[in-house]
Amino acid sequence: MRSNRFRFLTQSLAKTLIWAAALSTIAVMILILLQILVEGLPDLRFSFFFESPKSMGREGGILTTIIGTVALTLVAIIVATPLGVGTAIFLREYTRESRISRVIRFGTDCLAGVPSIIFGLFGFVFFVIFLNMGWSILSGGLTLAAMILPTIICTTEEAIKTIPYSYREVSYSLGGTKWQTVTRAVLPSALPGIFTGIILSVGRSIGETAAIILTAGSSLVMPTSLFSPIRTMAVHFYILAREGISMEMAYRTGATLILIVLFVNTIANFLLNRYIRHRI
Amino acid sequence: MDRQIQNSKLKIQNLGILVFLLMLSLILGSGGCQRSKAGITVAGSTSVEPFAELLAEEYMIRNPHSHIYVQGGGSTAGIEAVRSHAANIGMSSRSLMGTEKSLYAVTIAKDAIAIIIHPRNPVEDLSLEKVREVFSGRIRNWKEIGGQDHPIILVTREEGSGTREAFQKLVMGEEEISLEALVQDSNGAIRQVVSGDPNAIGYISLGLVNEKVKALRISGVEPNVKNIESGRYHLVRPFLFVFNGEPTGEAKAFLDFVICPEAQELLCKEGLISILSTSSEGKVGSQRKGY
Amino acid sequence: MEVKEKVIEKILLLIALSSISILTLIALFIFGEGLPFIWKFGPIDFLFGKRWVPSHGEFGIFPMIVGSFWVTVGALLLGIPLGLACAIFLCEWIPPLAAMFLRPAIQLLAAIPSVIYGFWGLMVLVPLVRNYLGGSGLSIFSGSIILGFMILPTIISISEDSLRALPPSYKAGAFALGATHWQTIWRVLVPAARSGIVASIILGMGRAIGETMAMIMILGNAVKLPTSFLDSARTLTTNIGIEMGYASGDHRQALFATGVILFFIIMILNSSAILLSRRRIG
Repeated sequence: MRSNRFRFLTQSLAKTLIWAAALSTIAVMILILLQILVEGLPDLRFSFFFESPKSMGREGGILTTIIGTVALTLVAIIVATPLGVGTAIFLREYTRESRISRVIRFGTDCLAGVPSIIFGLFGFVFFVIFLNMGWSILSGGLTLAAMILPTIICTTEEAIKTIPYSYREVSYSLGGTKWQTVTRAVLPSALPGIFTGIILSVGRSIGETAAIILTAGSSLVMPTSLFSPIRTMAVHFYILAREGISMEMAYRTGATLILIVLFVNTIANFLLNRYIRHRI
Repeated sequence: MDRQIQNSKLKIQNLGILVFLLMLSLILGSGGCQRSKAGITVAGSTSVEPFAELLAEEYMIRNPHSHIYVQGGGSTAGIEAVRSHAANIGMSSRSLMGTEKSLYAVTIAKDAIAIIIHPRNPVEDLSLEKVREVFSGRIRNWKEIGGQDHPIILVTREEGSGTREAFQKLVMGEEEISLEALVQDSNGAIRQVVSGDPNAIGYISLGLVNEKVKALRISGVEPNVKNIESGRYHLVRPFLFVFNGEPTGEAKAFLDFVICPEAQELLCKEGLISILSTSSEGKVGSQRKGY
Repeated sequence: MEVKEKVIEKILLLIALSSISILTLIALFIFGEGLPFIWKFGPIDFLFGKRWVPSHGEFGIFPMIVGSFWVTVGALLLGIPLGLACAIFLCEWIPPLAAMFLRPAIQLLAAIPSVIYGFWGLMVLVPLVRNYLGGSGLSIFSGSIILGFMILPTIISISEDSLRALPPSYKAGAFALGATHWQTIWRVLVPAARSGIVASIILGMGRAIGETMAMIMILGNAVKLPTSFLDSARTLTTNIGIEMGYASGDHRQALFATGVILFFIIMILNSSAILLSRRRIG
């Protein structure tokens, strides 16, 4: 048995180290964000968001990239939400733990772990080439939908899980069918949770780059249809930063990106903690 | 209360049907639908891309109802895209090779490759052989070529890049670029690396050289417009627009704009060499098949 | 009515199979492009070949495997100690007021796009490494540091969850036996939360191996087999990312083949993480 003094010495040492580690980690993370915000924020004007890029991005704003980001995210959400919610409903309401549910969960978990470059390769060879959609909002959006599907399934499932069985009991006792129970008793209460999943996915989509470049192209021109190629903010930031076309613009775009991501995710986390009681 | 449940159920059902139909139409519509957007696609070399984008911007200002979509992908991919009709115009930063020669190519500008180093690097001039020895890894220290005692950091473009292929052909010949070289995926990125590292050496489009990097003289010849036009500086490659057959319609209109004096002047301002020059090689739009 | 219910159930079943069908589609197309190439080229030459020179038809990805390996190891060397420390900190020692800010802050950090991290690395870290450690700064070392920070939020949040999920009796029991706070943490709580912590590490590893954009910006992407931490390198992901845009024919198939290898590695990693966390819950 070690002496008391030694034990408490170890404790103090460990405590100091841990405090140091934690604080320095947080400090570095904040520094990373600050560096871009400090360079980019002061010059931000409202016009930045409403003007299109001019002269390869050296002047003007980032309007087309904002539109591109929004369009892509919308397509992804429209496609992924019904699929995700449907899957969650099926898993929670229509089956017990069985072969099928295990297979589905395995598929979902694996899908969640696939790196974005693989999604990019897939989206390229499947949507752009095989289905002949070309580099387009559609190709990018559908690829993105595949990427956010696991998140929507997961959060919807958690949301449905928190709904007490009594809701369903009441509906059944009133003579409701399963589907009626689901759509009238379960889903409406699960809506906030579903919404949270959507917001979380939006947060992820905004930062996505590798898969988007390979599927949505990098055109700066205002898109005219779902089949137009488009550049998102994250891609624009990457290209500006790499090409060294305009560091100013890069910093501004980066600052915008950070702010939007922080904003969206703060809302998502707030909703998460409020409507889905255990953390995911 | 009942009415409300009824209403919301109806809404969910309707929404569900709507979404389902939407997805259905998306999938159905996409299968047969050839990218039905108006306008033309210009795809290919990332070296040509920024200039094509600039030209497209100017063109669309003058012709507000047209749409020109420019994207990268590399010279080879662009040529392939034109061949398979996936794009209307292909951009290439190298001459056509092999079976590609059956396509219709027009030189829209000439671009020189500049060997760049950090501004503070004392070296000013290298012969072509020395450049080759440096990039193949045989010369490894700056002091061997008049610089400071420090290992040389090579920077190159990635395999498949038209710029790299041009560099390979014009400078390296049969020799391989050292496998130790850093690889960056754009001219701008190479410029960035070289501008930040006093011991780096790389190559980029002459048009992209700015005050952050220094372009070397090759055997005493300064890379500038005069020397390029006179042929003394010969690290030069053509920027091509490639078509599948004679250009027609919007593609032709864009091409005509690109080779007109106004557009050429724009390109010159950006650092390219106009085809409207008095050089022996350049004629106004070398419109020969199988360039 | 019954029929309608049955129909709905079948439709939902179909929808529910979407995730596994997408996964299958992905596997199908990537393998469809990549496997024939591996077969044609020879798996041994592909996996262990040291030269990647597409213009000469040489497609050895051993340098990339090594690059991925070392970058990930480096990231874990940074991420595990710091991550665990922060998790312990958040769980045990943090003033409750700060916790209200810190926990959401960590969740937010997980959402920052990788290109932002890469940019910071390029602007700040790379010059620092070049000036103080030598080389060009674009190295495995720089990449590991950035990657380490990128996987920190994953490791922190899951480890913290595992620590929190432990029954309070563990802690109470240890204190009752006279252990100090640190002894309790180190000898009782952490070992008890072991499977969750390991799961978080594996998930972090998965994220590290799959990272592309930031690595393209920071690693330097040289094709030679790296021999030191200050060497530039390529990972399996950056190999695909940097050459995909231009590749055609054999070259493109080779990149898909790289994707196949990557896919395998990630699947193995993720399956182990899933198995581990299932065992913890179920």
